[in-house]
Amino acid sequence: MSIDLSQFHAVFFEESFEGLELMETSLLELDVDAPDSEQINTIFRAAHSIKGGSGTFGFVQVAEFTHILETLLDRIRDGDQSIDPDGIELFLQSVDCLRGLLEGLQAETEPDTTRAKQLAGVFQAVLDGGSYADSANVVKTNAITGAPLDAPTGSPEPTLSDVTPTSSGTRKQIGFSIVFKPEEDMLKGGNDPVRMLRELATLGDITSHANTDQVPDFDQLVVDHCYLSWDIELLTTCEIDDIEEVFEWVEDECELSITPIYADISSATEQHYSNSQDDAIDKKIQQATADGQRLVMPSGPLPSLDNLQLAGPGDVANNLPNSTPAVPSVEVAAAKPAPPTQPKSTAKPKAAKVEASSIRVGIDKVDSLINLVGELVITQSMLGQMGSAGDSITDEHIGNLREGLVQLEQNTRELQDSVMRIRMLPISFTFNRFPRMVRDISIQLGKQVQLELSGENTELDKTVMEKISDPMVHLIRNALDHGIEMPDQRKAAGKPEVGTIVLNAFHQGGNIVIEMTDDGGGIDTERLLTKARNNGLVGENEQLTQEQKLDLLFSPGLSTVEEVSDLSGRGVGMDVVRRNIQELSGSVEVSTEMGVGSTFRIRLPLTLAILDGQLVTVADQTYIFPLVSISESLQIDSAKVNNVAGGSDVYNLRDEYIPILCLDRLFGLRQEAKVLQDSLLVVVESEGQKVGVVVDELLAQQQVVIKSLEENYTRVQGVSGATILGDGTVAMIVDALGLSGLAGNEIAAAQKMAIEAVA
Amino acid sequence: MTKILAVDDSASMRQMVVFTLQSAGYEVVEASDGQKALDIAKGTSFDLVLSDVNMPVMDGIELVRELRQIDAYKYTPILMLTTETAGDKKMAGKNAGATGWVVKPFNPDKLLATIKKVTG
Repeated sequence: MSIDLSQFHAVFFEESFEGLELMETSLLELDVDAPDSEQINTIFRAAHSIKGGSGTFGFVQVAEFTHILETLLDRIRDGDQSIDPDGIELFLQSVDCLRGLLEGLQAETEPDTTRAKQLAGVFQAVLDGGSYADSANVVKTNAITGAPLDAPTGSPEPTLSDVTPTSSGTRKQIGFSIVFKPEEDMLKGGNDPVRMLRELATLGDITSHANTDQVPDFDQLVVDHCYLSWDIELLTTCEIDDIEEVFEWVEDECELSITPIYADISSATEQHYSNSQDDAIDKKIQQATADGQRLVMPSGPLPSLDNLQLAGPGDVANNLPNSTPAVPSVEVAAAKPAPPTQPKSTAKPKAAKVEASSIRVGIDKVDSLINLVGELVITQSMLGQMGSAGDSITDEHIGNLREGLVQLEQNTRELQDSVMRIRMLPISFTFNRFPRMVRDISIQLGKQVQLELSGENTELDKTVMEKISDPMVHLIRNALDHGIEMPDQRKAAGKPEVGTIVLNAFHQGGNIVIEMTDDGGGIDTERLLTKARNNGLVGENEQLTQEQKLDLLFSPGLSTVEEVSDLSGRGVGMDVVRRNIQELSGSVEVSTEMGVGSTFRIRLPLTLAILDGQLVTVADQTYIFPLVSISESLQIDSAKVNNVAGGSDVYNLRDEYIPILCLDRLFGLRQEAKVLQDSLLVVVESEGQKVGVVVDELLAQQQVVIKSLEENYTRVQGVSGATILGDGTVAMIVDALGLSGLAGNEIAAAQKMAIEAVA
Repeated sequence: MTKILAVDDSASMRQMVVFTLQSAGYEVVEASDGQKALDIAKGTSFDLVLSDVNMPVMDGIELVRELRQIDAYKYTPILMLTTETAGDKKMAGKNAGATGWVVKPFNPDKLLATIKKVTG
């Protein structure tokens, strides 16, 4: 039977990554002073499963590494080995290492095993009695000096066959004499001597004699006791290992002796023998059957697959029992024409392969989908019936039709929700990586920080989740690096030495809100302002509100830290965080109090497939603004419009100068310019830049399904996508971020105005 | 048709085992831990139980012990899927009443060969 194991690889990788996550979480939670046995068990099980799977699916590197990891964990579990913080660190490193190996394998590249070998060396040293810290150091030194450190994989024990005299000259081993005496209780484990004898029979020619002298009188007979024993002679070319394997499961429930049988064969016939053993065996059988006392065990030779493959083709034909479809299948596989060899390019599309990942969907979600589809079918057939009513349409029909349509609408909405829910995953998928990160970074910084998570079960679209992870990492790093103070500082400020970062997620309206709160020193807005003034981001005399000052945090090229640290504070960061979040049609805001701490609040749409939009018309076109990007809409007061040289208009909005963009001009919708006085101005904000967009009319607000322009047409600046409206027309979705890019001239003009106004 | 209960908490291993057995014409029911397996086993009878050792909720050893308490499973072959490191696990399994074991890693051919040993 040839089964393609690669079909199980995806599941294996998925569950292995899950296992690693579980290992990591448990390791982080593990109290080294009083390790919880269930937690250690969990860690062990995860390593064990990965080892089992990787061995089975042929990922040798992973199997070798997890083998030694598992051995050590097993000893910890049994209490033969202690665990300390250094040990936890090592295990955490091994989790990373395994993740790396698995990711490499998943991308179908040869994984780098250097780290794995190093770690395996450390674990081996620990197994040999070293402490975690010492072992780690020794191996580190070895690694530097370049001493080879191959992962020990357990030395193979010398097998009996190595000791067994091999055939030499005139004495040739032709089989084994076996004495098999089961203990009375052997049957209770579900083992049956008949099966073993049958198994032996597949290895060669068997002659067996059952000893019945132990069978008691009938009235004393216990039905599930085994009273029989056997003397067996097996003529075979197989090794003693194969025989032992038959009795492997019962070796301590029976008396067993296996001794080789030799036959004298002249060197002339030896050649013949090895080609066709049958003759010799026949002779032996004749000899054996001549002995009247012997019973010949099960009928005929039943060559195993192995034997068949070893024998010559002629023998196969002769010995082939009733049907052995397995044999041809092996040949077929080998005879398959080799696939045309493609020139190997180094730039394989690896990334794409990994991207095509799967999600696990709870069965309840699938069930609800099926239910809804059922409802939909019922509604459809109801409407269909009305459609076939023919000419005799009465008022009653129309009433029913309306009712049906209402039902259809409801079905559709529920179905949509349900389908969306399939892509929803609990945010714990993202949150789970943070405890480890917080631990590692706080150790590195010499700070004490605890992380509290809540709302981990809040669900979020998978795509959004993948994209929000990096910005969150950034925020947490910042909080650790700049927010939480050093323990002595905290003590001096009368705060507990251990800082706290709280991550919370919850749903609010159609959004998910993720809050990250730290009880650190807070953000010094005055320093932000000074810095911004120095960098020329804010004019010398410009006055900013507290909110505006805080907002400077997200300006490009601004870092409040004097010294650039390893972790954050490179001056790029918060602006990227905001941009990433805005690309997801979300927003981020911050509140802070000096000495008490800061809170970052990220608001994201639950899904990227649907957005809440404001429909507007410009000329004869309908456009859609994402509601989140609109800060306000107003009637244009022409007195507040300033025309700047170069044809750019700037609007004075409560003493703030914002550039005006005319969509009709931008997209070439009208011949003559429109009088601004009659128009409406939609103020959109992105990256702190406000832009006023002139539109003719504001229509309804509605949810729209986003269709990708890039996939269906091409990327257009200022437009993030398109949607199809109820009447079938296509409407473009305006991209606020892209618009401000298009409004370069106008923005420059607005800035000039602002400066002039101040001067 | 020979009916087999396959128990493993690892989805990939379970899928592999189930697929292999089904391809070979066995009827297979799967369970993801010992407790689930036990519940299933109480409802239907099986000709063979194939179980992983390390599982959450109820491990393989406990499963064997529980199964052997049930009259219908007194002599049913029960094989443990185990790794070579767990030498004492083999014994623990045997002591609980397991018939034998299949050593991981194994390939489909080896699995089928072993199963043939105890069925039919």
